[in-house]
Amino acid sequence: MELIMLAITAALINNVVLSQFLGICSFLGVSGKTDTAVGMGGALTFVLTLSSIVCGILYNYILAPLGLDYLKTIVFILIVAALVQFVEMFMKKFMKSMYSALGIYLPLITTNCAVLGVATLNVQNGYNVFTGAVYGLATAIGFLIAIVILSFIREKMVYNDIPKPFQGFPIVMISSALMSIAFFGFASFK
Amino acid sequence: MNGIVIAAIMIGAVGLFVGVFLGVASKVFAVPVDEKEVAVRELLPGANCGACGYAGCDALAAAIAKGEAPIAACVVGGAPVASQIGEVMGMTAEVGERKVAFVRCTGDCEKTTDTYDYSGPKSCAAVKFAPGGGSKSCRYGCTGFGDCVRACEFDAIHIVKGIAKVDEAKCKDCKKCIEACPKGMIIEVPAERASHIGCVNPDRGKPVMDNCKVGCISCQKCVRTCENGAITMVGGFPVIDYSKCDDCGKCKEGCPRKCII
Repeated sequence: MELIMLAITAALINNVVLSQFLGICSFLGVSGKTDTAVGMGGALTFVLTLSSIVCGILYNYILAPLGLDYLKTIVFILIVAALVQFVEMFMKKFMKSMYSALGIYLPLITTNCAVLGVATLNVQNGYNVFTGAVYGLATAIGFLIAIVILSFIREKMVYNDIPKPFQGFPIVMISSALMSIAFFGFASFK
Repeated sequence: MNGIVIAAIMIGAVGLFVGVFLGVASKVFAVPVDEKEVAVRELLPGANCGACGYAGCDALAAAIAKGEAPIAACVVGGAPVASQIGEVMGMTAEVGERKVAFVRCTGDCEKTTDTYDYSGPKSCAAVKFAPGGGSKSCRYGCTGFGDCVRACEFDAIHIVKGIAKVDEAKCKDCKKCIEACPKGMIIEVPAERASHIGCVNPDRGKPVMDNCKVGCISCQKCVRTCENGAITMVGGFPVIDYSKCDDCGKCKEGCPRKCII
């Protein structure tokens, strides 16, 4: 029950993009079309769950017992980058169709702050490996929800007569800000 | 001092582990790449326009290397690229007739009038839903808001005097404008032919004349004039069958509306 609550909190109430403001760059960058948005969300879900598990194991069984707590950020960066590379190689070899669907988004995730953010938050909140994995998965689903909704809005926005100063990026920022306000409504579930 | 050494050793160890792990993984998970595929990919233009029907130049290169796609599949590269790919693949290219996009409307803003002031979104896809399909007097013609211009990656189509016009020298026949046009105004035609029907108005006589100085009034004179029977009426306006057309230009001379261009 606690895990379900944690998942709902991570996906909706504390949405990674809209209330924690992590992973904004890919959120704004890849949300132009719905199919690319779904691809990016799917790739992030995959990587974030895996990286939560690997970083969780590394922190709980190596860094923490050795008292090397202060090295966690730099080690997590290394691990995430290597993990993404490894996942890319693995998918290229064994999951060709998944690679062609998600492959181009994987390098973008290497530098996605949501991945590092979740790994750090897992440590801060003192989650064990399994709880951390659930939290990572739920966070990624929250990202998927947010990016897909924004892509719907942006696809519709193409047909609107937007005033010149707001065309392009500004209107996307305003839309995501309004989405963020709407998502604060979920806080009442707490 | 001790802390720095431990930190350096720890990070070094993680880095070493990751490096060795990825190095081994890249050998274990190495996917054999077809040499032909790489060579073909280098010859392709790299515009990733998708006109060949594949997801991009990489996908087409893979298909050509496997023999699934013809070596002349790249419409952008045309005959020169096809012959180079042919050398790589050990085949000779069959060179087809070069085709270009053609906008089937000649009613520019001097030939047609505006029936009202339109102030909605400046997009063909949107103006289609405005009353009368937009403010242009002819509801069948090109509205000139340039969805095709935005779709073109080769700067080959422009709005000239209120209608889209293809720059045949630059057109690569990628079909992007054909897909972009919500009215289906654009078709592909052989580049070297002289006569194309420049109107798709299916109405007859007076209503056409009132709305456009060059609109097709469906008089069918071109159908009767053509000695090869290449012109037929399809859906109310004439269409040229280019396989029968011998480029004599008689339809063009005889057209009372001058809408064959």
